Amino acid sequence: MAWVNDIIQGILLGGLYALFACGLSLLFGIMKVVNLAHGDLAIVGAYVATGVIAVTHVQFLWSIPIMIVLMAAVGYVLQRSVIQAALSKGELATLIVTFGLSVVIENGLQQFFTANSRSIGTNSSLLSNSFSLGSQIPIGWLPLGIFVVAVIVLLALQFFLSRSKYGRMIRAVADDREAAMLSGVNARHVFGIAAAIAFATVGLAGVAYGMSGQFSPSDGNSSILLWAFASVVIGGLGSLWGTLLGGIVLGVAELIGAQINPSYEALAGYVIFLVVLVLRPQGLTARRSQS
Amino acid sequence: MTVTGEATLLPGAAPRVTRSRRNVWWTGIVALVIVVVFALLPYYVYAGTTAILDQAFVILTLACMWNLLAGYGGLVSVGQQAFLGLGAYVMLILAMHGVSPFLGLPLGAIGAGVAAVPLWWLVSRLRTGYFAIATWVLATAVELFIEQFQSIGGGSGLPLPGLSGFGPTLLSAYTYWAGLAVSVLALATVYFLLRSRVGLTLTAIRDDETAARSSGVKVGLARGLVFLVAAIGCGAAGGVLAIQQLQVVPQTSGGVFSVQWTAEMAFAVIIGGIGTIEGPILGTIIYMVLQQTLQQYNVWYLITLGLVAIAITLFARRGLWGLVDEHLGVRLFPVGYYLWPASRAKQP
Amino acid sequence: MTTDASPGGAIPCTPREAAGAAGTPILEVRDLTVHHGQLRAISDVSIRVRPGEVYAMIGANGAGKSTLMRTIAGLHSPTSGQVLLDGKDVTRMRPERRATAGISMVPEGRRLFPSLTLEENLKVGASYARKGSWDIPAVMELFPFMEERRNQKTGQMSGGEQQMVAISRALVANPRLLLLDELSLGLAPVIVQRIYGVLPRILESGVTVLLVEQDVSQARRVASYLHCLLEGRTTLEGPPAQFTSEQVEAAYFGMGGVH
Repeated sequence: MAWVNDIIQGILLGGLYALFACGLSLLFGIMKVVNLAHGDLAIVGAYVATGVIAVTHVQFLWSIPIMIVLMAAVGYVLQRSVIQAALSKGELATLIVTFGLSVVIENGLQQFFTANSRSIGTNSSLLSNSFSLGSQIPIGWLPLGIFVVAVIVLLALQFFLSRSKYGRMIRAVADDREAAMLSGVNARHVFGIAAAIAFATVGLAGVAYGMSGQFSPSDGNSSILLWAFASVVIGGLGSLWGTLLGGIVLGVAELIGAQINPSYEALAGYVIFLVVLVLRPQGLTARRSQS
Repeated sequence: MTVTGEATLLPGAAPRVTRSRRNVWWTGIVALVIVVVFALLPYYVYAGTTAILDQAFVILTLACMWNLLAGYGGLVSVGQQAFLGLGAYVMLILAMHGVSPFLGLPLGAIGAGVAAVPLWWLVSRLRTGYFAIATWVLATAVELFIEQFQSIGGGSGLPLPGLSGFGPTLLSAYTYWAGLAVSVLALATVYFLLRSRVGLTLTAIRDDETAARSSGVKVGLARGLVFLVAAIGCGAAGGVLAIQQLQVVPQTSGGVFSVQWTAEMAFAVIIGGIGTIEGPILGTIIYMVLQQTLQQYNVWYLITLGLVAIAITLFARRGLWGLVDEHLGVRLFPVGYYLWPASRAKQP
Repeated sequence: MTTDASPGGAIPCTPREAAGAAGTPILEVRDLTVHHGQLRAISDVSIRVRPGEVYAMIGANGAGKSTLMRTIAGLHSPTSGQVLLDGKDVTRMRPERRATAGISMVPEGRRLFPSLTLEENLKVGASYARKGSWDIPAVMELFPFMEERRNQKTGQMSGGEQQMVAISRALVANPRLLLLDELSLGLAPVIVQRIYGVLPRILESGVTVLLVEQDVSQARRVASYLHCLLEGRTTLEGPPAQFTSEQVEAAYFGMGGVH
C-alpha cells in the first residue's frame, strides 16, 4: 500500500516539478537557450515574494501577482540584453553567460538574505492540512493545489503557444529568425515576451516551493535545476504535456527510491535522468530521435 | 631548376614554417628559471604566502584543464568537481590504508582518470548543451553516491590521515611543492599535448568540426583523450586541495565536490583568455588578486568574477590574453605554426 | 508579361501611393556599396523601380543579386549608399519595420517555418498585414492545392509547393513591393512556369515586383526592365526588348563592354 501512496504523492510532486520546468520548456525546448540559471530564478521568485511582503505588508496572496510582474519584467530585460547577445555568439557563450548569471544570482542572494533557509508562511491552516483518499492515502491540500495550478499553467501556456498570435510568432522566430523579421515580426521583442513568461512561471514555481518547505539560495542550482531539466528531458523537448509527464516520472521515481532507502531519494532522480539522457535523449514523447 | 613563369627561387629561400611569429626561444629558459625560483620560495618566505600560492596552483591546474576541455575540445563541462572529489577520495581511502598522501596524490589522479572512462562513455555522444547538463548531473550523482558510504565520512567527510608525522613548516613546504609540481606538470602536459599531432587535431575540430570529420580526423578519440587528461588533472588538483585542507569534505566550506570549483576554473579561463595556453595563467593571477582584495567582502569576489566573465564573453571573447595576442603577436607557449612565404628573386 | 498597370485603379490606396504612379519610383537604390566582411559584394549600384513594374535582376552566381535583395529588405547593412522607399530613406530601418512599410521578401530557399503548419505560416505572414486585397482566402484561391494542406507541416512539402506557400506568406502582408529571390532555384521548369503564371494577378492588385532570376530567358519573358549584375557592378539595364541575346550574354558573362 505504501507503493500506491508513493505513486500518488509522486504524481502530485510531479506537478511542482512540471511547474519548475515549463519555463525551461519554453527557453530550452523552443528558444534553444540552455539556461543554467533557471533553478536560481525560481529561488529569486521565492525571495521576491517574501521581499514584497516585508516591504509592502500586503496579504501573502497579493504578493504573487506582484512577484509575477516583477519576474516577467526582469526576464524581458535580461533576454533583450544579455541572453540575446550571448545567443548570437553561440552555444558556448550562452552556457557561460547563464552559468555566470547563476553564480551571480546565488551569491547575490546569499549576500542579501544570508545562506539560512526560510519558508514562506501562509498562516493558513487549510494549506497545511490534508484529506484522506480511502483510508490510507493522505492528500495534502497544498501539494494538490500546486498540482492543479501546474496543470492550469501548462494548459494556458499550451493554448498560448499553439493558438495565439504571439505564440505563433515565438515559434516562428525560433524556427527562422530572419524569415520572421521579413514578415514584420520584431524578433527581439517576441523573444523578450517568451523569456518574460518563462521567468514568471519559474518564479511562481519558486513561491510554491517556498510554501512547501524550506528554501535557501543554494537550492537553485542543485536540486531545482535538476528537477527542471530532468522533467523537460525525460518528457521530451518541445512538448509541454511531455514536461508534465516527465515531472511525474521524476517525482514517482524519487519517492519510490526513498521508500527503498531514505537517502536514495535524490540519487534516484539523478539516476533516472542519466538513464534517459544516455539511452533516449529525445525523451518519452518525441517521435523521431534527434541527433 | 627553374619554375616556369615569373620567379626563380634562390637556394635557401624556400618557404619557412616556424612556431612563433617572433623569435621567443628565450621563453623556455625564462620558464625554467621561474619554476626554480618558485621551488626555492619556501626557504625565503612565510608559510602564509606559500599557502596563498598553493591555492593559486590549484586554480591554475584546474584552469588549464577547463581550458583544454572547453577551449580546445569544445566540451563545456560544469561537473569537473566530480574528478576533484574522486581524486581526493581515492587518496583518502589509500591514506586510510597506510599509504602516504603524497604518494596517494598521483594514484588518486590516476583513479580519477580510470573513473573518467565509463563516464565518458555515458556522455560522449551528447551535444554541447546536453553535455553540459549531463556533466553537472554526473557530478552531483557521483557526490551523492560517495556520500552514501559512512566509512569514508558520508556527508561530513573525514580528516586526512598520514599527515601528522610532519612538523608544521615541513608540512607546509611539502604541500607547497606538491601544488607547484602538479601545476607545472599540468601546464607542461597541456603545452606538449597541443604541440603534438593531437593538438593539431583539436585545433581542427575547434575551428570546424564537420570539415575535420570529413577529413578523417578522429574527433571522438581526440575529445576522449582531452576528457581523460582533464579528469586526471582535476583529480590531482583535488588531491592537493585535500592535503591543503588536511581533510576530505564533500560540500561544506570549499569541499571537493562543490560547484564553486567549476565556477572558479571557468571564470579564470574566460577572463584570462579561453583557447590560449597563456590565458589560464593570466586568469589565475587575476583571480587570486581579486580574491585577496575582496576576501573580506565574502561572496563579492565570486559575484565580481561572474559579472566580469559575462562581460568578457559578450565583449572580448578571447579574454585578456586574447587582447594581448592580437596586438603584440607574442606566444609564450608557441603551439601554432606561422608560414613565411618564399622570397622571390627577380627574373634573370 | 509586362504591364504598365497604374496602382490607382485596382485597390484602395492612400493619396501618397497614387502620387507614386505619377513620378516617384517606388523603390530607389542610390550608389549602393555592400561588403561581406572583407569582400566587396556590391559596388556603386543604383536602381529605380517604378510602380507596377516587373524589375528583374539577372546575373551569374555570386554576382551580388541576393546580397542586393537582402540589403533592400534590411537583412544586410550597406557600407555606403541609400535605399529609398517612396522617396523616404529607409537605409537604417530594421527589416521588420520595412516589412510593415510595404516591402515583403520571399527569401532565397523559401525559408518557411518548418515546425508550423501551412496555415500558421500564412498567419505569421499576415501578423502585421497592411490593408489590401490579399488575405488568406485570396491566396488559397491563387494556389488551390493549399486548401487541403492547410494543417500540414510545411517541412514535408515539395520545393514547388514550398515556393508557392512562401509567396503566399509574403502576399498576405499586402506589400507594395514584392521581392522574389531566385524563385526558380531547384524547381522543375513546369513548376517554375506555373509559379510565374500568377505574376499577372499579383500585378493587377497593385503590387510592384522586384525579382532575382538566374534563368535569363525566364527573366526576359516576365520582366518590364532588366538589370544585369556582374561581380557586384551593373553591366546592363533597360527594357528587355532593347537588347539582343548576345548583348545580354555579354553583360552576364562580362565579355566586352555593353550598355
